[in-house]
Amino acid sequence: MSDSILEVSNLRTSFFTDDGEVPAVDGISFSIKEGEILGVVGESGCGKSVTSLSIMGLLPHPQGKIVGGQIMYEGKDISHLKEAEMRKLRGNDLAMIFQEPMTSLNPVFTIGEQLTEAIRLHNHMSKQEQNNRAVELLKLVGLPRATELLKEYPHELSGGMRQRVMIAIAMSCNPKVLIADEPTTALDVTIQAQILDLMLKLNQETHTAIMLITHDLGVVAQVCKRVVVMYGGKIVEEGDVKDIFNHPKHPYTEGLIKSIPDLYSKKDKLYSIKGSVPKPGSIKKGCLFAPRCDYVMDKCKEQVPELLGSGHKSRCFLHQDEA
Amino acid sequence: MLSYSIKRLLMLVPVLLGMTIIVFSIIHAIPGNPAQTILGTKATPEAIHHLNASLGLDKPLYVQYFTYLKDVLTGNLGTSIQDNNAIASEIWPHLAATIELSFAAMLIAVIIGVNAGIISAWKKNSVVDYIAMIVALIGVSMPIFWLGLLEQWIFSVKLNWLPSIGQTDITSTVAPITNLYLVDTLLEGQFGQFWMVVRHLIMPAVALATIPMAIIARMTRSSMLEVLGSDYIRTAKAKGQRMGWIVYKYALKNAFIPILTVIGLQTGLMLGGAILTETIFGWPGIGLYVYNAIQARDYPVIQSGILIIAFMFIMVNFIVDLLYGLIDPRIKYR
Repeated sequence: MSDSILEVSNLRTSFFTDDGEVPAVDGISFSIKEGEILGVVGESGCGKSVTSLSIMGLLPHPQGKIVGGQIMYEGKDISHLKEAEMRKLRGNDLAMIFQEPMTSLNPVFTIGEQLTEAIRLHNHMSKQEQNNRAVELLKLVGLPRATELLKEYPHELSGGMRQRVMIAIAMSCNPKVLIADEPTTALDVTIQAQILDLMLKLNQETHTAIMLITHDLGVVAQVCKRVVVMYGGKIVEEGDVKDIFNHPKHPYTEGLIKSIPDLYSKKDKLYSIKGSVPKPGSIKKGCLFAPRCDYVMDKCKEQVPELLGSGHKSRCFLHQDEA
Repeated sequence: MLSYSIKRLLMLVPVLLGMTIIVFSIIHAIPGNPAQTILGTKATPEAIHHLNASLGLDKPLYVQYFTYLKDVLTGNLGTSIQDNNAIASEIWPHLAATIELSFAAMLIAVIIGVNAGIISAWKKNSVVDYIAMIVALIGVSMPIFWLGLLEQWIFSVKLNWLPSIGQTDITSTVAPITNLYLVDTLLEGQFGQFWMVVRHLIMPAVALATIPMAIIARMTRSSMLEVLGSDYIRTAKAKGQRMGWIVYKYALKNAFIPILTVIGLQTGLMLGGAILTETIFGWPGIGLYVYNAIQARDYPVIQSGILIIAFMFIMVNFIVDLLYGLIDPRIKYR
């Protein structure tokens, strides 16, 4: 594991609301190697975004808090770093792309001002060098008319172009780790494919490790090698993309795969996992997926299964003896 | 930006025309005959007839209006009934006094109000936030006449720090150039006099500033809270930007449209209606000028006063409109 650039171990993040502590991420561990693309999959509310915000130190203050575990970046725990030190990492070593390109750019500043900001913050460059770098970045993410674009405002750009600008901003200081939180969800399908291609290209060219958060298994299959499936703030399955697609161990993963619409399917009704994601903290004992599981056993309602296995791990009693 | 400004400027024309029509109608909205009202109940029919003719009130309404419009456009606002002076030359010193007072008050209100609002939003639900908002609540609820008297009692009577009344000391008069005393004293290089004028300005400006300051603080807080929760603020944090910079540069510019609206409206109100403050502090502003005209039933002065106040209000809003375009690039395209 020494070649891991980012290693999250037993991370627990909670939100402190009027109703008390609500665990959003409950003891998850995973690691990302240099230059790797890791997929993190799960439905809305399963803790994917909270995990990424925990890593970036961007949890909503003061409600969100890391209550346990470690986030090791290049061998150093950054989970409780001072704000000033964290700022040096953010945008420089660790960068992030968000789900909503339409609202993620500041509407009253030009693309140029926003793009050169991280460059200016983390490097000593002259104005001219900053501008050159900005143009270079816009070309890197495949945007035409780079020089003019710098003077334009976000509302003059389409959603796909804005997401490219967001990627350019994220890539501006050659980050070691790029966290992409549902980067394609808000985009048209054709633009989605372009953005994914772009991320793959950047990963190959710059060797930036990418943590790709998505609810779309199709996206994962397209770009990731390894994938982590999250449910209810826990990792329920982890392994190689091919293994997971061909032999899903956890019923939740199986459900997710079955829910992908199939062009050749003769069935006239799309599959969906029954029920919905439980409210964090609402299920007190047993497996969190038990109420929605097709294979539920008595044991599932009493005990929480461990994440077991080597390489391809799962958190399900159906496969506990295999490990 | 240029085409946006021109568009706004052209839109001013109908508004200003509408304003003159309304102000023109005032004299006809007064119950009874204007000449009768001016001359009083004991006037003889001959005198009324004579005044009607000399005022042009016997002509058709549209002729009267165009005569009025021509006069206004050429800077002729008529003569005061009280002293027979030309209103146009009489009104400017009063207007200048009000502009000076409003400007000083707005400066105080904006600097303190905006900062209090920002800090409140930034440190939401903290002690600072609660204190700022309680002070703002008191500020909104504080009657100006009471606050003004309190100021005079503390700072003039008890502490003897500041002069209680007037725009200048009685013994020292400022030679008027622009009639804006702060400007005039500086133009003449009279720094002692400048300081004297500032000392006279402080208390009325503070009294006049309280309510707008509180309104601005509350508006800033709510507008900033909305902006601080937005995605692009998170993006700026993700770049490693420091919070102070994010709040004052990114968030404030986005939050400023509603704040600017409030500032504009409050400035407009100040320019026309600082009567309470001007009365308490003996400030020879336009509010006091019109108030005295009302007392004396000096209708031409009232009419001209209202015209000037309305004009100022429209101009302030015009400037605010232009500033919108400067702050938010999206506005130009609408």
